[in-house]
Amino acid sequence: MERNPMRRQLASLRKSLFDQGYLDEQFMELEQLQDDANPNFVEEVVTLYYRDSARLILNLDHALERRPLDFSKLDGLMHQFKGSSSSIGAKKVKAESTLFREYCKSGNAEGCMRTFQQLKKEYATLRKKLETYFQLARQIGPMESANRPK
Amino acid sequence: MNVSSVKGSMSISSSTSTWKAGDTISDQFPAGLRVLVVDDDPTCLMILEKMLIACLYKVTKCNRAETALSKLRENKNGYDIVLSDVHMPDMDGFKLLEHIGLEMDLPVIMMSADDGKQVVMKGVTHGACDYLIKPVRIEALKNIWQHVVRKRKNEWKEFEQSGSVEEGDRQPKQSDDADYSSSANEGNWKGSKKRKDEEEETDERDDTSTLKKPRVVWSVELHQQFVAAVNQLGIDKAVPKKILELMNVPGLTRENVASHLQKYRLYLRRLSGVSQHQSNLSTIISAQDPTFGSLSSLSGLDLQTLAATGQLPAQSLARLQAAGLGRATAKSGIPITLVDQRNIFSFENPKLRFGEGQQQHMTNKQQVNLLHGIPTTMEPKQLVSLRHAAQSIGNMNMQVPPHGAQNSQNNPLLMQMGQQQQQSRGQILVDSTINHAPRLSSSMGQPILSNGIATNVSSRNGIPENIRAPGYSQTPSMLNFPVNHASELPGNSFALGSTPGVSILTSKGAFQEDVNSEIKGSGGLMPSYDVFNDLNQHKPQSWELQNVGMAFDTSQHSNSLQGNLDLTQSALGQQGFSSGQMNGHNRSAAVANKAMFSTGDVKELGSAQNVNQHLNNLLVDNTIRVKSERVCDTSPANIFPDHFGQDDLMSALLKQQESVASSENEFDFDGYSMNNIPV
Repeated sequence: MERNPMRRQLASLRKSLFDQGYLDEQFMELEQLQDDANPNFVEEVVTLYYRDSARLILNLDHALERRPLDFSKLDGLMHQFKGSSSSIGAKKVKAESTLFREYCKSGNAEGCMRTFQQLKKEYATLRKKLETYFQLARQIGPMESANRPK
Repeated sequence: MNVSSVKGSMSISSSTSTWKAGDTISDQFPAGLRVLVVDDDPTCLMILEKMLIACLYKVTKCNRAETALSKLRENKNGYDIVLSDVHMPDMDGFKLLEHIGLEMDLPVIMMSADDGKQVVMKGVTHGACDYLIKPVRIEALKNIWQHVVRKRKNEWKEFEQSGSVEEGDRQPKQSDDADYSSSANEGNWKGSKKRKDEEEETDERDDTSTLKKPRVVWSVELHQQFVAAVNQLGIDKAVPKKILELMNVPGLTRENVASHLQKYRLYLRRLSGVSQHQSNLSTIISAQDPTFGSLSSLSGLDLQTLAATGQLPAQSLARLQAAGLGRATAKSGIPITLVDQRNIFSFENPKLRFGEGQQQHMTNKQQVNLLHGIPTTMEPKQLVSLRHAAQSIGNMNMQVPPHGAQNSQNNPLLMQMGQQQQQSRGQILVDSTINHAPRLSSSMGQPILSNGIATNVSSRNGIPENIRAPGYSQTPSMLNFPVNHASELPGNSFALGSTPGVSILTSKGAFQEDVNSEIKGSGGLMPSYDVFNDLNQHKPQSWELQNVGMAFDTSQHSNSLQGNLDLTQSALGQQGFSSGQMNGHNRSAAVANKAMFSTGDVKELGSAQNVNQHLNNLLVDNTIRVKSERVCDTSPANIFPDHFGQDDLMSALLKQQESVASSENEFDFDGYSMNNIPV
């Protein structure tokens, strides 16, 4: 049916997200949790993530404006952000978070700021891609929204 | 997943019946496991909830630790296991862990994105039954039910054990301790196979999961009552039955008390272990059951301990001692009672240390100071009393018996004690409290062990004599306190003649046990003299640890022992010992003590307990021998031969103390007040 090409498109979109390193296995874990009772589980989680992490991003932005930088606080904030990001499988975002924390530990202010900018880019990029993905998935229908690797 | 939470709460009663009843467990288990998950991150919380539901568990989620605690308190038997994040804004995950362990005795699994070794270790020492690294996978959650079963089994075992070995609670606790995975060496006098024993024990039970055991929620008040009862009885004598009687709480069973006591001891041990660990020593004490983590509760206790160690006015100390002594009018009993008293304090110390750490440090520090102040010319009598005091105090710090020769050995201990006071406080206390006076010694040894200061260890080994004969003459330097306070101790003259030897030996043995492998040189770790009591009164700021350390013979050299013995003898002699008796028995005592070491590893305080027991047996023989030893009235100076690099030890010790003391900023007595401790 007309769903097939859409399904194929969805599958290919999904595959590219993994191949390009935007998502990791944790995302698959979420997909496996999705079932008939919660057909949009993954989307719900991701939505929740972006809503909640926006707060953390804001806090990080503010903390990075202070002079001098409070590395310990920054590290703490980023720790939270990293935990959250890793729980949805946001691979690139998580990598930037790790890098950021290392700069915090070594007290590298410039490294922190540079990394944070990069992190925000990845964060935004992933969001767009996932939005597209979920939009397509919703069009196809709940049962077929996630192409689970068997 | 509101549904799940609703279901979770609704199903609490049903799940209770299903899961706890036991009959239907086999069919559904682990389905229906009631899980409480706490995480401030909503994304993680949502995911975890979904995963747990997928595992067929009944899930209740909270995003705040306070909420979780209140839920747990409201519905005491409504949950089987708790999953908690480590980093939470309103309360530290470890603190929550302690609260839960203490009050509800539920298995708790910690989670964190942080996989650093330190954090994971912290989870272990605080008694978490598992630690999951985020992001958590569902596979990891599928098996969490094992922790519930394991805990049930252990509790059931405790139940059985407590029933059968009420009197000798020293012994039975072994297995219980073993159950609590951590190195509850206490109970492993046979072999300190912490894990192994634990596993063996669990293997023995087949149906623990079906055992329907009503869960008692240990509220703050209840725990305070418990602690008060334990303090009153003395940690060594704190038998579940007696505790139960003292507490006089309707509906509370002896098994409940027994299991709680178990945890309490582990907690104390853990505290000392934590502090030691902090000092960068391999945590010997793996007491993992930090259920008694609530600092608040401890604070009260800790205060007392602190008081005991150095802050208590002489009067209170004397009172305590009297109480302790009074209890043991019998000669043999005295040392122990004193110890018990002290033990109580020591419990508190560990707690302090745990949570706040500072106070203990403070106390320790003081104690250390006290040692410095110990006049080298301590009269034997004083020494004896000191010894008693030390023993009773259960503070490892003072435990170093100022025995002459032993002092050298003890000194390292002392030194360590000082250092470890903070750390070992908990440990020592645990040890001592757990069992008897010997414990004290063990506890003393423990700190040493953990510190890894050879001197400490060694002192232990050679101490048997020390223990017995409060070689005060020697230790004067070490036990500044005891000496001074000796006079204060009503029971100073207690059983030195006859029992002291025994008790001392016991304590020595305990030390040795603790020290066991690690103690090499020090050999004569201070016998569990709760010098603290003395110290308190005395409060000499100058801890003559140095002297003490010097005095300690690093090994169980018979010579050193001899010296120690000599001192003790003189001390004892004054007390009424037949000086002629203790001659040359040092060796035998030492040997006996040594033998004891071999019996078990003194891994932790726990093992010390066992050792103590053995020690006691051995001590009997040793006592005789000890008595025959001649206590030379060696002046402190003599006593402290430069066996160890005392200077080094001292400085190290002092440094530790200092560092420890510095951390005492947060002493937080928020829960338990000192009222609990009967003085």
